[in-house]
Amino acid sequence: MRPILMKGHERPLTFLKYNREGDLLFSCAKDHTPTVWFADNGERLGTYRGHNGAVWSCDASRDSTRLITGSADQTAKLWDVQTGTQLYTFNFDSPARSVDFAVGDKLAVITTDPFMGLTSAIHIKRIARDHSDQTSESVVILKGPQGRINRAVWGPLNKTIISAGEDAIVRIWDSETGKLLKESDKEDGHKKPITSLSKSNDCSHFLTGSLDKSAKLWDSRTLTLIKTYVTERPVNAVAMSPLLDHVCADRELN
Amino acid sequence: MDEIRATAGRLNIDLSSVDLDSIRLPSGEDFGVVSDDEDLKEDDPLEFEAGFGNIIVVDNLPVVPKEKFEKLEGVIRKIYSQIGVIKEDGLWMPVDPETQKTLGYCFIEYNTPQEAELAKEKTNGYKLDRSHIFAVSMFDDIEKFMKVPDEWAPPETKPYTPGENLQKWLTDEKARDQFVIRAGSDTEVLWNDARQSKPELVYKRSFWTESFVQWSPLGTYLATVHRQGAQVWGGATTFNRLTRYAHPQVKLIDFSPGEKFLVTYSSHEPSNPRDTHRVVINIFDVRTGKVMRDFKGSADEFAIGGTGGVSGVSWPVFKWSGGKDDKYFARIGKNVISVYETETFTLIDKKSIKVENVMDFCWSPTDPILALYAPELGGGNQPARVSLLQIPSKEELRQKNLFSVSDCKMYWQSNGDYLAVKVDRYTKTKKSTYTGFELFRIKGRDIPNEVLELENKNDKIISFAWEPKGHRFAVIHGDSPRPDVSFYSMRSGTNTGRVSKLTTIKGKQANALYWSPAGRFIILAGLKGFNGQLEFYNVEELETMATAEHFMATDVEWDPTGRYVVTSVTSVHEMENGFNVWSFNGKLLYRIMKDHFFQFLWRPRPPSLLSPEKEEEIAKNLKKYSKKYEAEDQDVSLQLSEQDREKRKMLKEEWDRWVSEWKRLHEEQKLERQTLRDGEASDEEEEYEAKEVEVEELLDVSEEVISFD
Repeated sequence: MRPILMKGHERPLTFLKYNREGDLLFSCAKDHTPTVWFADNGERLGTYRGHNGAVWSCDASRDSTRLITGSADQTAKLWDVQTGTQLYTFNFDSPARSVDFAVGDKLAVITTDPFMGLTSAIHIKRIARDHSDQTSESVVILKGPQGRINRAVWGPLNKTIISAGEDAIVRIWDSETGKLLKESDKEDGHKKPITSLSKSNDCSHFLTGSLDKSAKLWDSRTLTLIKTYVTERPVNAVAMSPLLDHVCADRELN
Repeated sequence: MDEIRATAGRLNIDLSSVDLDSIRLPSGEDFGVVSDDEDLKEDDPLEFEAGFGNIIVVDNLPVVPKEKFEKLEGVIRKIYSQIGVIKEDGLWMPVDPETQKTLGYCFIEYNTPQEAELAKEKTNGYKLDRSHIFAVSMFDDIEKFMKVPDEWAPPETKPYTPGENLQKWLTDEKARDQFVIRAGSDTEVLWNDARQSKPELVYKRSFWTESFVQWSPLGTYLATVHRQGAQVWGGATTFNRLTRYAHPQVKLIDFSPGEKFLVTYSSHEPSNPRDTHRVVINIFDVRTGKVMRDFKGSADEFAIGGTGGVSGVSWPVFKWSGGKDDKYFARIGKNVISVYETETFTLIDKKSIKVENVMDFCWSPTDPILALYAPELGGGNQPARVSLLQIPSKEELRQKNLFSVSDCKMYWQSNGDYLAVKVDRYTKTKKSTYTGFELFRIKGRDIPNEVLELENKNDKIISFAWEPKGHRFAVIHGDSPRPDVSFYSMRSGTNTGRVSKLTTIKGKQANALYWSPAGRFIILAGLKGFNGQLEFYNVEELETMATAEHFMATDVEWDPTGRYVVTSVTSVHEMENGFNVWSFNGKLLYRIMKDHFFQFLWRPRPPSLLSPEKEEEIAKNLKKYSKKYEAEDQDVSLQLSEQDREKRKMLKEEWDRWVSEWKRLHEEQKLERQTLRDGEASDEEEEYEAKEVEVEELLDVSEEVISFD
């Protein structure tokens, strides 16, 4: 395993995502321009210009033609991956943070931060096949968590949304009705803000990492705590190996 | 509330017209209703007696007629007002209605029970005149006296309930040692189980102490310190509270070496800011909790002496003579050493020992011998001197005059065999100092003395330490950022009468010496500026066993047997709080991280009950004994690995169950997923081919005319 150094962002990186086939790597940073790279040799393909604030996360569609990004400039944008053109902009009243395509890419979930009296919220938007038909209408808006929601993703079969954030509670919502289905137990759950969440390939389980120096593995359908990994430092990011054998937790260094 | 309604009904009162909030109880009455504040007081260990605890009865007063009432009353009042403040209308002399004379006793009420107790103590037996001697009792006691039956019945013998065996922890089968740690608000006592590479919890309690904990010198008790005093707890695993010692605002405590007595110290702000602090020192009997003696005074009286530039009250103020008998304790005063003995808690021979200009003293750890140091006096007329004094005879066993001394520090070897005095002397120009050591062999005839100077006389001495129970000592010396460490022995070759150098190791990152309590091994530690460098050194073979590091370590503690060492990082630092456990030869066994780590203390062990001959025999036959333990170790580690394997197997099976469940659900839902994707087939990664496709893109077409020539 030889590391390749890819330089291109002027400010700290916030998010990385491979496309489904694994040949493209999308990177988001605080410098407003998400970038796409070839995964095998690290060659930079291009940047997506248009955001006016730090880009917090992104997701690629299954066929790698569409990219959705969430940014602190209170917008989430849809891009054409190959050409880099902006296809659509979703406007919000507060900074957008986490974005995730549903299975089939017909829906996307976008979270917004608490801002100026507004609480944080989870928005589900319909994504049209043809971007000219795209509207900014939300299918459902979920509210409730206190503090920032750091990550929200789709559960298996798009039936649920799983969210985790600063209030250290993992929540499962019904994606059609917007009702809160489950909450993680105060006893086994995290004790400090959850900084990151990562799904397994088949969405059946996911990993959360938190400032309370631990990472926890949960079942997506029942929100049962399966395992806890204790580290010596607060955890900033987690990722799961597709082979289900290993998990990786990034710790904070002082 | 129902009771109130019922009563109101009976008395024909309309409750609605009664303003319940305006009801005021007569002062002092609570009608039996417990107020919210009262249960706070219930937890207060200093109990105040309810009822009549501040009333005393004075009996055997003269029986006087009406005319003399006022005079007698005046006399009584004058006597008792001196002790405390008599309450308003607190003095009552009952009168016999028939004879119109006093009945011969009176009641006196004070504001607090303490004043009443004090009055009783001070005036009981007071001779008013030849035929009237006051008999004073507490009012509450009268009831008790009334109950005394007229016939004497022998007291019941209570069945003897044996107390808990406080030494039980020493009989641990695995011969482990205990230690106490304080982190955050929790105090925990744990076994050091090196075989299992982790500590085992014995007892844990939150808010067990209000400031710190301390073991007694033989490990029997654990003392905790609180606002109202100190407490001791004991036992192998139970840690029940054994005794309490009341001493408000106690700051420091000290046990006598035989654990018979506990000395507690507090310092109080003076009412007048220009005065010095007031110091209160109590000496308690540990087992009964009784105050044997107290000392009160201004901080100045207790702050005499001190060497090495230390001034102010240095603890412990009272130093105990060595050994388990706890026979003597002493303190330093201006030009005197006050030595007390514990039979009567008074000065031996009823007076302090005069030692002119004495600055420092210390007891031998094993014999009742005092080492004293007095610096130069009178501008060179009387030189500085060190002397050894036998107690209780006060015979001066040895004395040495020292010249041009700037400072002095005394170090006893743990068996009381040797005394080293580090002497800093001025050079001829008086501009700098150089150091030498005066070495005394206590057990030799006439206590022979030797002077030792380092090879480089001008080297600064950073640290000095005797080998416990041994004949060697180590010195860290030098001025460079990496000083040298030298080892000496009080014996040299065949001649046991001369000190000799064993070796000097140069350039070490060390500033502190930690000998193993059994001797032979030492840790050269670089704390503070060196950030936790550790070198494990074998002084017998004169070679390094291991070097290691515990980043930011602040303390190093050997266990009482010398098998293990703990280095810890206390909350002086923000991060990395916790402790590491090492074997004596430098192998890291395990580490525990704990935030807000305050204290780590091994539980001391009492000295071995084996005679020296028996110890030698065991050392000779070590192989035979160690075989048995090695077999045990093997068994335990096999068992552990069995257990571990079982556990791992179970975890793996559980995980496999989850994975197969997920796989199953995934398969089931495959069809649904396909519909979501508008019929796009399977989602397995392997099911795509990587094809290299060459795409020709026409960039530009241009015609260029080339001329032929």
